[in-house]
Amino acid sequence: MQDLVSLFVKSIFVDNMVFAYFLGMCSYLAVSKNVKTAIGLGIAVIFVLGVTLPVNFLLNKYVLTPAALSWLGPDFAGLDLSFLSFIIFIAVIASIVQLVEMIVEKYSPSLYASLGIFLPLIAVNCAILGGSLFMQERGYETLAEATTFALGSGIGWFLAIVALAAIREKLAYSQVPAPLRGLGITFIVVGLMGIAFMSFMGIKL
Amino acid sequence: MDKKIFIEPLFRNNPVTVLVLGICSALAVTVKLEPAIVMALSVTIVTGFSGFIVSLLRNTIPNRIRIIVQLVVVAMLVILVDQVLKAFAYEVSKQLSVFVGLIITNCIIMGRIEAFALGNKPLPSLVDGLANGLGYGIILIIIAFFREFFGSGTIYGIQIIPTEWYIKNGGFYENNGLFILPPMALIIVGLVIWVQRSIQKDLQEK
Repeated sequence: MQDLVSLFVKSIFVDNMVFAYFLGMCSYLAVSKNVKTAIGLGIAVIFVLGVTLPVNFLLNKYVLTPAALSWLGPDFAGLDLSFLSFIIFIAVIASIVQLVEMIVEKYSPSLYASLGIFLPLIAVNCAILGGSLFMQERGYETLAEATTFALGSGIGWFLAIVALAAIREKLAYSQVPAPLRGLGITFIVVGLMGIAFMSFMGIKL
Repeated sequence: MDKKIFIEPLFRNNPVTVLVLGICSALAVTVKLEPAIVMALSVTIVTGFSGFIVSLLRNTIPNRIRIIVQLVVVAMLVILVDQVLKAFAYEVSKQLSVFVGLIITNCIIMGRIEAFALGNKPLPSLVDGLANGLGYGIILIIIAFFREFFGSGTIYGIQIIPTEWYIKNGGFYENNGLFILPPMALIIVGLVIWVQRSIQKDLQEK
């Protein structure tokens, strides 16, 4: 249990998806112009990560790793399907996003109205696929660990985008050199935020 | 064929600094030049050929499921690249870790497929993809050059700053550790954008 708590805190702050690995940067920069939409996209990311990562974890454990298929019988024990993982992960993500979109549309139209436009965008958000690939590379062992990691990184991403959106709202009123306006200054702000986030690095939990 | 398709993405319409696509991997693999160059080549190959293949299929893909079809085409190409890298450049492929897989969700690829390959013939799509990959590569190499030079004192693994300059050898110089850390990549991109927009004033935002 203690391990899970420390993994949770670690994936929010120390291994923050945006500042430590630059994942999901494209939508991070494109949709952070105001706080309200940033919150919408942030929640959608937490949600999709929390759903897809456990599914991909189970697939990885029981289908993809070497000898994972041995539960089907001794004939399958020698099989190694790990080269298929990219295509399976992305197919799972794309179809779950599609599914979630349809379910949300049917049962919660108000949530759909606020998340709707972001959901299809999320299928190609690198933070989602990145989460699954990190899960595979770091070899999380239990479903609980994988889910904790998913929620933690989702929340980390959420915090990062809301913080940036708040800064950009203020930035709109400041005097920035003309060539740096808009995109340029945003990059530099994100860099400075990243340096600030690095102060979490030494923390041992 | 129009020459513009090839020239524009290299500078005037650069995918990274102007269209803001494919930032994620542009930043993460640029600590050293070698992985940056390998990454740039891989992305160029994948953008080029995914544009070509999708453009061949463009009249047969039903509109509603086109994203999934595109993802499958891209994922197939990325698996090929990944397996080739693992076989012939194992060290680099270890350094790139998950970022080879993340080429699938690199927005340059989806962006070019959606914006260009779906409406154009296969050959221009191939050229457009390759050119965008190269435009991305140029930015990657600029960032990696500065990060490796200031962060490690080397270029492509070759020591540039004389070793006797270092403090530990009795000199006065110390590598700037900040350049190895992730945030510095963002700041360098910011500066590259600054330079580019000072030259091309029409790109400036209000």
